[in-house]
Amino acid sequence: MGPGEWIRITPVENVPLREGRSVQIGEVSVAIFNLGDRFVALENRCPHRGGPLADGIVSSAGEAVAVTCPLHNWRVCVASGRVLKPANEGACRVRTFEVKVEEGVVLLSVRPELVEASA
Amino acid sequence: MRERLVVIGNGMASVACVEQILKYSTKFDITIFGDETHVNYNRILLSSVLAGEKEFEDIILNDIDWYRHNGITARLGVRIVNVDAAARTVTDADGGVTPYDKLLLATGSSPFIPPIEGVAKSGVFVFRTMDDARRLIELAGLGVKAAVIGGGLLGLEAARGLQVQGCEVTVVHLAPTLMERQLDSTGGLYLQRKIEALGVRVLCDKSTAALIGGSHVEGLRFSDETTIETNLVVIAAGIKPNVDLGIKAELTVRRGIVVNDFLETSDPHIFAVGECTEHNGQIFGLVAPLLEQGKALAATITGNRGQQFSGSVPAAKLKIAGVDVFSAGNFDESAPGVEAVRLEDPSLGVYKKLVLKNGRLEGVILVGETGDDHRYMEWLRSSKDLTSQRRHLLTPPPPPDGGFDVAQLADSETVCGCMGVTKGTIIEAIHAHGLSTLGQLKDRTRASTGCGSCTVLCQSLLRAVAPEFQEDRVKVLCDCVPFPQEKLREIVRSQRLKTVQEVLDVYGNSIGCEICKPAISYIVDMVWCGEHGEDRSARFINDRVHANIQKDGTFSVVPRMRGGVTSPAELRRIADVAEKFKVRMVKVTGSQRIDLLGVNKEDLPKIWEELGMPSGQAYTKGVRMVKTCVGSEFCRYGVQDSTKVGIELESRLENLYTPHKTKMGVVGCPRNCAEATVKDIGLVGQEGSWQVVVGGAAGKGVRKADLLITVETSEQALEGAELFFQYYRENANYLERTYDFVERLGIEKVRRETAYAPEEVREGLLDRLHKSKARSSDAWLERRSPRTTQFVKIQPMETMREERS
Repeated sequence: MGPGEWIRITPVENVPLREGRSVQIGEVSVAIFNLGDRFVALENRCPHRGGPLADGIVSSAGEAVAVTCPLHNWRVCVASGRVLKPANEGACRVRTFEVKVEEGVVLLSVRPELVEASA
Repeated sequence: MRERLVVIGNGMASVACVEQILKYSTKFDITIFGDETHVNYNRILLSSVLAGEKEFEDIILNDIDWYRHNGITARLGVRIVNVDAAARTVTDADGGVTPYDKLLLATGSSPFIPPIEGVAKSGVFVFRTMDDARRLIELAGLGVKAAVIGGGLLGLEAARGLQVQGCEVTVVHLAPTLMERQLDSTGGLYLQRKIEALGVRVLCDKSTAALIGGSHVEGLRFSDETTIETNLVVIAAGIKPNVDLGIKAELTVRRGIVVNDFLETSDPHIFAVGECTEHNGQIFGLVAPLLEQGKALAATITGNRGQQFSGSVPAAKLKIAGVDVFSAGNFDESAPGVEAVRLEDPSLGVYKKLVLKNGRLEGVILVGETGDDHRYMEWLRSSKDLTSQRRHLLTPPPPPDGGFDVAQLADSETVCGCMGVTKGTIIEAIHAHGLSTLGQLKDRTRASTGCGSCTVLCQSLLRAVAPEFQEDRVKVLCDCVPFPQEKLREIVRSQRLKTVQEVLDVYGNSIGCEICKPAISYIVDMVWCGEHGEDRSARFINDRVHANIQKDGTFSVVPRMRGGVTSPAELRRIADVAEKFKVRMVKVTGSQRIDLLGVNKEDLPKIWEELGMPSGQAYTKGVRMVKTCVGSEFCRYGVQDSTKVGIELESRLENLYTPHKTKMGVVGCPRNCAEATVKDIGLVGQEGSWQVVVGGAAGKGVRKADLLITVETSEQALEGAELFFQYYRENANYLERTYDFVERLGIEKVRRETAYAPEEVREGLLDRLHKSKARSSDAWLERRSPRTTQFVKIQPMETMREERS
């Protein structure tokens, strides 16, 4: 991945501890979570009924850390994007994004093909 | 011509017998005379009506359609005064003569009125009929001093009923201990302590010499010359069979109308059933044997003579919530060959005694714990030899298995209606994935994750199918924090934990989930009366932005409209806001408020500002609304100012959070237009008083609220509501509605610990409520000092386009 693919999003303090915030990147809404020791990001759309994952509660799901969709309590793994609850629904994975923090700013790695339709 | 069967008496025994007769034969033309004007009702439950636990309609056994449908001529309110056995006719009080081929006497019994000086004064009642119960309910109330003469089953139930209606009640009993016909003296003393704990005064070993006062009773004087003040007296000193018609028909009559094992009297055309009869020297006052009599008589009278009534084991159960008493059989232990097995625990208030003769049960007394009564009744009836069970006579038997047989359910049948899961799917999942707990079953199949009403069914399926079924351990909050909520409340209090994260770090897995985090958030807020460390990350989105998330991620906005009362100016502002922000739907809610739907998160603070109204908390587990009717200000029928009291109640409790949503209602008269009796808390106005009712529901289930207390003033009613409200906040589990809470605890316990609690307990509840209230505020004021990016949409500092260019 080339350096140009990192996008500066927002100062870290704009995403409160253990909460999520959404940010619109082209056509894609991305949910960024502050887990205290790291930030994670995934597409802001639950594979069930399209609920806004950024508004969900950060939850434990076995060994994994998940976000619980506010609409019907599906749990999505924040690292892999896999649906952990309900199990075996055959739901597709939620797209995840790489995140890093530099100089107090959250940066998001966006593969260009995801945002082709971007303005 | 069809045979004419005339039945005198329209009570439980006679109608039950007629029902049996109809099963055998339709050859009779049946006429039933009843001197009460009511259709057949369950007389045993009159005390529940008096105690406000049931309505009159609830205790009707056969409605008028039943009579019609079965071709029975019901002559209600008609008293038969004579039977001419030679002419085979009966004569009613108006002189009407009705001929019969067969006559069934079911004249019942009357209250025994002891010959006490002054019993004819006004204010003296018996408690036998629906009309008696109605009159007592009308007269009972706050400030009324009532005395019940007779501490038997009926007297105690009447006393409790009167007390619940607001009276100050004294029970006066002739014998040294209560219910001495059904209990030994130890049992009687245990019972007395329980009755006294309810707040009813008990005077035993007291003989009433006179009812004193002018034309209306003002007091009782006893044989020891002491007196008590009272303005309402209920006499419950026993019953005597009504045998007058038996005498007029020249039947053999002793204490009752004498019947043989086939319920035949000494006249071949006349039969008798119920409390008016005497069988083998025994007379009757309890219902079970009367139903047995009815069965035998139905066989006899329809020409199927054969079934015999062989007497019965007398059994009695006291129907006072929270005072469990059961007695059956004979408990005289002085007879030879008789031994008694006892269990006594004064602290628990439990007393059990079994009387055995030659290893077989003769009698049983249970006070304080009556769960095993069926087992003992069975032993009594069957006269089973109990030698092999001697070690387990007083310990409970292994729990019976659910009752419902899951094996009979077809595989295709739906077990969980909410999620549409069939029995077949569940069984398959159990086998395929080796499920052994309800939690696993829920995760795998989603069965029982909706309303939860199929939980028991799912558990029995697991029990039947899963090889290693484990009962879910004590009901813990969730896997993240494996403690029952009760324990968590105590931990938070004793360890002085003020934030969700502290609880999770020390007692949980430090991460938590959507189940435990909102629950702990509630607990720390409630325990510390609002002086907790608020952590929004532990709150559901609705409580982060104070609006209700909708299926498309937009929000709904419901401003508070206290008591459902608004103004033209307010309505104009709402209309302006709805237009300006292009609100997609404006909806009048079931809670007498207005809902603005389809609002974006970013717009919430602006909308609140322009509305200038407080949050209606329609998005949270907290105080929703107080629904009111118009009340005495405008309504022709209103007797209390329901809007004023409703607005006051809402103002006192608004902005507070509760284990689940709390909906309230205040109505200005018993017509109940604002449906207060199906609300979590309701105030029902009456002439000169209020009823505070709690635990009502009109959701997926409908439950009529229980009466907490009847009070005189609006202020007392508000206080009653506040007491229950705080008690619910402190003792219910998170997500437990009041109707589940009240049902779990029992209204008696709730009454005892709120409205009827000692003063310092009540003051404590109110203090903590007021402290929480003082620290609470309108959540929508956060618009003025929002938390970090609480409502805003984050804008990227740079875009892809800029990157690429």
